[in-house]
Amino acid sequence: MGFFDKFKFSKLKEGLTKTKDDLFGKVNRLIKAKGKIDDDFLAQLEEIFISSDIGYDTAEVLITNIKERTSKDKYETEEELNGLIQDELKKIFAQSTSEFKTFDFNITKKPYVIMIVGVNGVGKTTSIGKLAYNFKNAGKSVVIGSADTFRAAANDQLEIWAKRAGVDIIQNPKSSDPAAVAFDTVKSAVTKGTDIVIIDTAGRLHNKSHLMEELKKIKRVIQKITPDIPNEIFLVIDATTGQNGLNQAKEFSKAMEGLTGIILTKLDGTAKGGIVIKISQEMGVPVRFIGVGEQIDDLQEFDSENFIKALFEK
Amino acid sequence: MFNDLSTKLEGVLKKIRGEGKITEKNIDESLREIRRVLFDADVNYKVVTSFLDEVKKKSLGQNVLLSISPGQLIVKIINDELVTLLGAEKADIKFSNDIPSIIMMVGLQGSGKTTFSAKLARYLKSKGRQPVLAACDIYRPAAIEQLKVLGKQIDVPVFSIDGEKDAVKISKEAINYCKQNARDTLLIDTAGRLSIDEEMMNEVKAIKDAVKPAEILFVVDSMTGQDAVNTAKNFNEKLNFDGVVLTKLDGDTRGGAALSIKAVVQKPIKFAGIGEKLDALEEFHPDRMAGRILGKGDIVSFVEKAQAEFDLSEAEKMEEKLSKNKFDFDDFLMYIKQIRKMGSLTSLLSMIPGAAKALQGKEIDEKVIVRIEAIIQSMTKEERSNPKILNGMRRRRIANGSGNQIQEVNKVIKQYEDMSKMMKGFNQNKAMGMMKKMKLPPNFMNQMKF
Repeated sequence: MGFFDKFKFSKLKEGLTKTKDDLFGKVNRLIKAKGKIDDDFLAQLEEIFISSDIGYDTAEVLITNIKERTSKDKYETEEELNGLIQDELKKIFAQSTSEFKTFDFNITKKPYVIMIVGVNGVGKTTSIGKLAYNFKNAGKSVVIGSADTFRAAANDQLEIWAKRAGVDIIQNPKSSDPAAVAFDTVKSAVTKGTDIVIIDTAGRLHNKSHLMEELKKIKRVIQKITPDIPNEIFLVIDATTGQNGLNQAKEFSKAMEGLTGIILTKLDGTAKGGIVIKISQEMGVPVRFIGVGEQIDDLQEFDSENFIKALFEK
Repeated sequence: MFNDLSTKLEGVLKKIRGEGKITEKNIDESLREIRRVLFDADVNYKVVTSFLDEVKKKSLGQNVLLSISPGQLIVKIINDELVTLLGAEKADIKFSNDIPSIIMMVGLQGSGKTTFSAKLARYLKSKGRQPVLAACDIYRPAAIEQLKVLGKQIDVPVFSIDGEKDAVKISKEAINYCKQNARDTLLIDTAGRLSIDEEMMNEVKAIKDAVKPAEILFVVDSMTGQDAVNTAKNFNEKLNFDGVVLTKLDGDTRGGAALSIKAVVQKPIKFAGIGEKLDALEEFHPDRMAGRILGKGDIVSFVEKAQAEFDLSEAEKMEEKLSKNKFDFDDFLMYIKQIRKMGSLTSLLSMIPGAAKALQGKEIDEKVIVRIEAIIQSMTKEERSNPKILNGMRRRRIANGSGNQIQEVNKVIKQYEDMSKMMKGFNQNKAMGMMKKMKLPPNFMNQMKF
C-alpha cells in the first residue's frame, strides 16, 4: 500500500522550482553566457554552489572534478558543458541518496512510534500535523503526543493540527514533564491498538546539554513500555538553515543514538536546503519528507529519484 | 556565540602572528583560510569577497612589510573591517512622540518573532515604558494564545480580537486601546511570511501603512545560511525596516548571517536573542561582537551584566563578612544564586576572553550548579555556618540527603575551602580589582570546576 497514493509530483516540482532556478537555472545561464570553462567561469560556478548552502567542501569537490574533466576531455559546446556539470552534481547527490529506498509505509508493527526532534522554529508541530494527516489518509489510526511542555501555547497549536488531521491527541497541560506525556501517549496507543504514535517535542538548541538530556529521558521512559521504540526519529530541518544544520544533525543524532530521517521544511521559500546534501553525505541520514507549504497536504514524501529528476528537469 | 568562527580565526591569526614578517604571499595564504572560515560560517559569498578585498588592500597599502609588528597590524585591520561590516557603533531603538510609539516585528516563519516581541516588551518595561503587545499573527494556529501566555508571564497586556481575520484592523484597534489605557508603546507581532509570498508581503505593508510604526524590526534566525541576504533584501525593499534582530544566538552557529545582512541591507543589528527565557535579550554591540569573532571575548558585556543583576546590598553584606574573615556555606550558596541570576553559565562564559576557545561551542551542564546547591542545602544550619565540624559521618549523611556520592560532597567542601582561602587574599592581588568591583569572588569560574 502506498503511503502517498496521490503523490503530487507537480507540487513537489512547484516547491522545488526556486531551488532549481537558483542552482541549475543559474548554471545554465552561466554556461550560455560564458560558453567556455575558464577561471572566471569556475569562480562564478563556485558562487552558485556556495549560495545553495551545500557547503564549501562539497563545492570545492565539484569544482575540482569539473576542472579536471574539462582539462582532460576538452568540453566545448554548451550541451557538453551542461552535461558535464549536471553529471558531477548528480554524482554528489546520488552518493548521498541512492542507497536509500523510499520510505516503506507498509507498517505492520503496532504501535509504530515516531519521535520528532529539532531546534526552535523549524516547523516540527506543523510537520506533525501534516504527517498525521497523511497517515490518516493511508488508513492508519494515529495518536499524537504533545510533549512540548515548554513553549507557550504549543499544546493549543498541536491540538488545532490534530483536529485538522482528524486524529487523537494526548496532552496534559498541567504537566511540565514531557517524558510523562510521551509515556501516556504510547501507553494509550498500546491499550487502544492505535497504529501510529507521533511524539512532538519542544524545540531545543542542540548545544544545550540539559535539554538534550531531557530528550534522552523521553526516549528512555517510553522504552519502558517496549524496548524497541521509537521506531523512527525524525530531525526537522528548516531549508533556510546554513552550515549549522550539520551540527544540529550530529548533536541530535548523538543524543538519540541515531536519526532515521530528516524532514526538510519551508522549501517553498527562497532557501535551497543544500545543507541536507552535506548531512546525507557525512552522516548517511536520508531526507524522508519535504514541506512545501502551509496547508495540511503540503508535506511530500521525499523520493531521491524524483527529487533529482525534479531538480534536473528543464 | 560565533564560537567556532572565533576558534578558527584564532588559529589562522596565530599563524600570522608567529610569522613575524608579513609578505604578500602569507597574506594571501591567510586570507584564503579566512575565506574558508567565513564560508563555513555562512557569510554571503559576495560579502566575503568584498571583505577580503578590503582587508588585503588595507594590509598592503599600509606598508605592512616595514611595520614593527606586522602580525598585530593585520589582526587590527581584520578586526576593524569586521566592526565596519557589523556596523560601526551601537544603534538604539527609535521612538516617536506619538502615543503610542509603535514597533513592528516582521520576518520569516519560525525566526522567533513572538518570543522576541515578549522579550522586547519586558525589556522596555524595565526601562520605564508601558508596553502593549498586539497579536496580529492570525494565521499560525495558537500564535495569539502563545503571545497571551507570554504577556501574562511578563505582566504586559496583550491586545487581540477573537476571530478577527484582518490584521490591519487588529493593529489599528490596538492603537486605540493604547490611547484609552494610557500605554505609550505598542509592539505589533506579525505573522511569519515568506519574502516571495506577494499576498502576505502586501498584508504586512498594509499594516505598516496603517499604523506608521516608528520602528520596524526584521527578526532573523542566526542559524540562517546564504539565503539570509535574499530574505533581508526582499523584506527591506518592501518595508524599508529600521533594524535587525538576531535570534537563537545561544546556539553554536557561527552567525555569518549577521555579517551578511548588515553588509547587504545596511541596517543596524539592534538586539540579539540569547536564550529561551524572557530575560535572555541583549542589545547588540557590533564592536564587542567583532572582538568576539576574533576570540577576544567580551568582558564589557560580562561586567555590565554582573552589575545589572547583582544585588548590591547582599554584596555589601558579603564584603563585610569577608573583611571579618567569615565566609561560610550560606555565603557560598548566596554567591551561587547571584551568579545564576546573571544567566546561564554558558552565556556568561562566552563573554570571557579565551573561554570560547576552551569550550569549543559546548554548553556547560547547568546541573553541576544545581548539585552544589543541593549539597549545601542538605547541610544543617550549624554545619553551614561552621564547616569545620563536617566530619566523615556528616558528609555521608549530606551525600545521602542530596542524592550524591560522598566524593561530590568532598569536592564541594574543597571548593568552598579554596574559595574562602582566596577570599582572605582578596585585597592583596591587584588583578582581582575588577572582580572585586563586580562583587564577585576571584577566580569563581575556576572554583566551579566545570
